[in-house]
Amino acid sequence: MTAPSSTFTRRHEFLSGCRDELPILLGVAPFGMIYGLLALGAGLSPGTAQAMSAIVFAGAAQVVIAQLVHEGSPGLVVVLTVFVVNLRHALYSASVAPYLRRLKAPFKGLLAYLLTDEAYAVAITRYLRDGDRTAVSPHRHWYYLGAGLTLWACWQVTTAVGIFLGARLPENWSLDFTLPLTFIALVVPALKDRASGAAAASAGVVALAALGLPYRLGLIAAALTGVGVGLGVEGRS
Amino acid sequence: MSTLGVLAVAGLLTFGTRLSFIVLEGRVETPPLFVRALRFVPAAVLSALILPDLFAKGGVLRLDPHNPRLWAGAVAALVAFRTRNVLLTIAVGMASLWLLQYLLAA
Repeated sequence: MTAPSSTFTRRHEFLSGCRDELPILLGVAPFGMIYGLLALGAGLSPGTAQAMSAIVFAGAAQVVIAQLVHEGSPGLVVVLTVFVVNLRHALYSASVAPYLRRLKAPFKGLLAYLLTDEAYAVAITRYLRDGDRTAVSPHRHWYYLGAGLTLWACWQVTTAVGIFLGARLPENWSLDFTLPLTFIALVVPALKDRASGAAAASAGVVALAALGLPYRLGLIAAALTGVGVGLGVEGRS
Repeated sequence: MSTLGVLAVAGLLTFGTRLSFIVLEGRVETPPLFVRALRFVPAAVLSALILPDLFAKGGVLRLDPHNPRLWAGAVAALVAFRTRNVLLTIAVGMASLWLLQYLLAA
C-alpha cells in the first residue's frame, strides 16, 4: 500500500489511533465501572478510588489493590503484588522501545504512562503491520498517543461512573466477568508455543492451589512458578 | 503507610516498569536470562488472574459442571484462539455467561 503523504499527518495518525482503540473499549468500559464499584465496596473513599485510576492506571492491579487494602494487607505486600502484576508492562516497554528511540524524553514519559495492555495491543499491531516497509509514517507515535489517550479517558470516565452508580448496577448482569474475558482475549493469542502454554498452565494451577493464602500471595507464587516453568520448558526444547 | 502513600509508591513503580526499557533502549545491555524470563510474565500473570475467576467463587474452588463461568470462559478462549478478535471474544463470552446463567437457573 502506498499511502499519499497527507495520510501521514500527526492529526491523521492521532485520530486513527483513537479509532482503532474503540473496539477494545467494550471490554474496558464495564471493567472501569466494576473497578469503581469494587473500590467503594473495599472501603476506599470516592476521591481515593478515582485518584488510583489516574496514579496507577492499571486495571487488574487496581482491583487487586482494592482487595488488598480491604483485607488490611501491609503496604509492602500491596506494593510487591502490584509490582508482580504489572511486571508484564516491562515486556511491553521492551517491545515498543525500538520504535520510540528518536522521541524526546517528555514524549517517551507520556507514552510510558499510557502503556497499558490495551494500548500496547493496538500500538504494537500498528508497528508490526508497518513491518519493514520503508515508507512508514514519521508520526507513528501520534497513533500510539491517540490509542493510549482514548483508553485513558475511557478508564477515568468509567471509573467515575462506577463510583457514581455505586451499588445501583445490577449484580446479576455479572459485568465483573468482562475482566477475565478481556484478559483471555489478550493472553490466548500469545500462547504460541509449548513454553508459554506451560507457563500459563502452571501459573494457573498454582493460583488455584493457593486460593486459601492471605493477601493474594498466591498471585506472586503463581507468577514466579509460571516464569520458572516457561524457562524450564524452553530450555529443554 | 497511608492508603494514598501506598498508591503513590504503586503508581511510581508501575510507571517505572513501563518506562524501563523505553529509556534504557540502546544504553544498557540487559541480561539475556532476564529478557527470556520476561517473555513468560504476561502468560503467567494473566493466567493467574483469569483462572481463579473461572474456577472459583469467593475463594472456594468450583470445578462442577454447573459453574457457568467455567464454560463461558472456555467458549471465550476458543473464540480468542480462532479469531484473535478482542471484541468478539468479550461479546461471545458475556452472551455465553448470560445464556448459561439463564439455563442453569431454569
